[in-house]
Amino acid sequence: MSKIRHSFLPTVGEQENEMLAAIGAKNIDELFQDIPSKFQLKTRLKIPEALSEFEVSRRVKEILARNWEPRKGESFLGGGVWPHIIPEAVKTIANRTEFLTAYTPYQAEISQGMLQALFEYQSLMAELVELPIVNASMYDWASALGEAALMTSRVTNRSKFLIPDIIAPNREAVLRTYTQPAGIIVNTIDHDDKTGQIDLEHLKSLINDDISGVYFENPAYLGQLQYEVDAIADIVHDAGALLVVGVDPTSLGILRAPGDYGADIVIGEGQPLGSSINVGGPLLGIFASRDDRSLMRQLPGRIIGVTTTKDSKQRGFVMTIQAREQHIRRERATSNICSNQALSAITAAVYLSLLGPSGLFELGEMILQLRRYAEQKLNELDRVKAPLFEAPHFKEFVVKVETERGGNRSKLSIRTILDYMKRNQILAGIPLDQHFPDLGESALTCITETHTQEAIDQLVEAFQKATEERQ
Amino acid sequence: MRFQQARWDEALIFERSRKGAVGYSLPKVSEIVRKTIPKPLSKIPKSLRRLSPPGLPELSEPEVMQHFIRLSQMNYCIDLGLYPLGSCTMKYNPPLNEEIIRNPQFSLLHPHQDSSTLQGILQIFFELQQWLAEISGVDSFSLQPAAGAQGELAGVLIIRAYHANNGELDTRREIIIPDSAHGTNPASATMAGFDVVVVPSNQQGQVDLQALQSAVSDQTAGLMLTNPNTLGLFEQEIETIAKIVHKAGGLLYYDGANLNANLGRVRPGDMGFDIIHINLHKTFATPHGGGGPGAGPIGVKSQLVQFLPVPVITFDGKKYILEFDRPKSIGRLHGFFGNAAVSLKAYAYILRMGWQGLQAVSNQAVLNANYLMKQIGNIKGFSIPFAPGVWRKHEVVVSAKPLEHDTGVNARDVAKALLDRGLHAPTFYFPSIVEEALMIEPTETFSKDELDRFIAALHEIAEEAYTDPQKVCKAPQHTAITRLDEVKAAHPRTMALTWRMYQKYQK
Repeated sequence: MSKIRHSFLPTVGEQENEMLAAIGAKNIDELFQDIPSKFQLKTRLKIPEALSEFEVSRRVKEILARNWEPRKGESFLGGGVWPHIIPEAVKTIANRTEFLTAYTPYQAEISQGMLQALFEYQSLMAELVELPIVNASMYDWASALGEAALMTSRVTNRSKFLIPDIIAPNREAVLRTYTQPAGIIVNTIDHDDKTGQIDLEHLKSLINDDISGVYFENPAYLGQLQYEVDAIADIVHDAGALLVVGVDPTSLGILRAPGDYGADIVIGEGQPLGSSINVGGPLLGIFASRDDRSLMRQLPGRIIGVTTTKDSKQRGFVMTIQAREQHIRRERATSNICSNQALSAITAAVYLSLLGPSGLFELGEMILQLRRYAEQKLNELDRVKAPLFEAPHFKEFVVKVETERGGNRSKLSIRTILDYMKRNQILAGIPLDQHFPDLGESALTCITETHTQEAIDQLVEAFQKATEERQ
Repeated sequence: MRFQQARWDEALIFERSRKGAVGYSLPKVSEIVRKTIPKPLSKIPKSLRRLSPPGLPELSEPEVMQHFIRLSQMNYCIDLGLYPLGSCTMKYNPPLNEEIIRNPQFSLLHPHQDSSTLQGILQIFFELQQWLAEISGVDSFSLQPAAGAQGELAGVLIIRAYHANNGELDTRREIIIPDSAHGTNPASATMAGFDVVVVPSNQQGQVDLQALQSAVSDQTAGLMLTNPNTLGLFEQEIETIAKIVHKAGGLLYYDGANLNANLGRVRPGDMGFDIIHINLHKTFATPHGGGGPGAGPIGVKSQLVQFLPVPVITFDGKKYILEFDRPKSIGRLHGFFGNAAVSLKAYAYILRMGWQGLQAVSNQAVLNANYLMKQIGNIKGFSIPFAPGVWRKHEVVVSAKPLEHDTGVNARDVAKALLDRGLHAPTFYFPSIVEEALMIEPTETFSKDELDRFIAALHEIAEEAYTDPQKVCKAPQHTAITRLDEVKAAHPRTMALTWRMYQKYQK
């Protein structure tokens, strides 16, 4: 075949011949002759011709232009991935080629930068959730939940796991994918319709010594905070089960840390700590646990630890307690995870280092202030109730549209309302009719520090118009 | 080549903290909002308030920048030179692809947007699915899995769903895996609820057909295999292997970590594999980020399409659709659409290479691996175990056993001595069927000069081992830090996995 020139391929003409001569081959094709000829591909791959860098850039830009243009409107979508201000310093560091184009730090001495940064990620996260052990990351919150459920089962030798009935549908789906092969039964705990709180009586009636773990989220998927946390922890621990709590880490500057109210394992989504939304990936699965040997032995994922040089003179960092992992333990490993989300973890470490305790507090306070402003304004509208649950919230809340008035059922549906606003360049929320039909014509709306008062006023006005014009 | 990595003796970020410093600023909240909500925290009950602030460090922005840039200087990366980790396919990562994902019409897109506002990115996902299917010779792909291991899990769950659908899951409990397989294979099989049956390699480093024949039974659910295998050898009996497994009623799973030698040359689907995952962060040049994010799309033959993880992106001739409603699907593996940014980078890479470029990738990768085999095989102290005279594909496994026998210098010492010469080490002590293994994958994006530098370094290390072995055992001396004590890190009394634990054990 004719040799092609490509700017990513350094070996050209004469060098190729020298290499062939050195190994004693006549041509490149000879190197593939041990492949049975019936399997040797005789036709070209049906993929496009090569493009130049400029052409690739132009082509991709053209295609991406078929998406919605976020700069022309306002989005209030959350539901597991949230818009936040990303400091430029975070982007600069996360784009450093030394971090970006490195592999897993298998050779610790030449990879100290990555190892120390990941150790710092683990350490910063430990401070946030108030648990002493944090791994170097999972893929996302959803798979962290799957792994947490499996871990509770290994630790307790029990095989039932309880989750709240208000949970992100996608997260629950991943949990079921992970737990089903292990024979773990996942059951749901009811909530109080008025407050959105976990029904403690129902939890008590479900819990027994078959339960490996109980999971809840703070904030819950629909934005409400769970405040009876100490009572839940007592119920769970009295039954000898493990308490798993899911968090949005941006709330932990103002909210009590789960480690402080008895969580044995804390998981969550680290994307809001400096990562873009990127249509939902890459994300950052947080995974933390108590310092207890029975838990530690069952942890999934990579973990970085402190050590010294062989001569004990200098501190350094290595991947450690690897006897749990697939490359050593193979079929008896605690998980199959190998590649994780290391760069997203470093991103979070830089973000948290910049914010510090005061930045994180101010961020939480600002989010609360803006969200409560939005709620109040929305609630002033005729046919809108916000928030639906009588409970404290963090950055998300359910907006419910009243569809009936004076006995006449109108045709207002949450989807038509959201569609109407979308035509006016406002993505007002996630419709909840499919997964939470009991909540009526409702949407999940998210407010963060990226939203100005003007943007929130636009949202309120849009809700007003959408609900008025469709009477 | 003289080499000295940066040495900053950089304190932990916590140790640099100074009370009152801050590296972050928020926009002002308007007066109207402040007046409307004067006390933002007033509705948070006491039981939920954080009473003492989290123990995060306090630093200004320039200090944070300095800290992490110093750390970055103590980290080797692909843009510095050869990174020949076997089965990791560390190749050049096009910088354009990092620029592409910063486009707001990607980076600000939200996965909960309805699909009419996501038509551009769905088109990209769809075309990538099609191209991956074409490259690997299967019918359909899902981009859900966030990494290779999650792709493997998806694959084994598909095997599970297939047998369950046939009513045979109760009897088909076993996944067969060669002893040379990547560690993730048996771990994934266990996660999917199967028992693992290991088959040995034969003297040629290939699957032992007799052992395979006696391992299969009506309990066989499937076989996990990579081809070329981890010795870099093409499994020449693949047709027979496929026949044996299929005849027993099992499925064939292809571990796509080793795909870089196959582009445009040979396709797993044509060889009889039913399921394949692909590591986009290996063959398709997306950066590995120091451990991730990667991506592990999963592909299948037509009879298994119904089991793919959701969502799968389809096209009805007019619009691209996120398909969730697939009753027989193994379900979801990721909260949203997998590592979307990684998929986008892989898409741009395939466009940039084109079909000819991809074939050139495999040609060059294989030539480079064989060049290294030939040259390293001539160095006293190193041998090439298994199948002498047989061409390798993407990688070659060298044994440092003779060197260890003659001088006491082992594969680990050789690896550390390579670091001292400004080269990353190969994967070591894997596969376990080779003593003192050094598993080397050069990829196509390094020049002959860089390969020669690697060969010269090994020459020098071997010579040093025969003349002054103690010197080699003291390596590395030119990295950011000298050799580390891994045992101490894992010892219960000194174990410190976070700053919190570290402070406790310092006391």
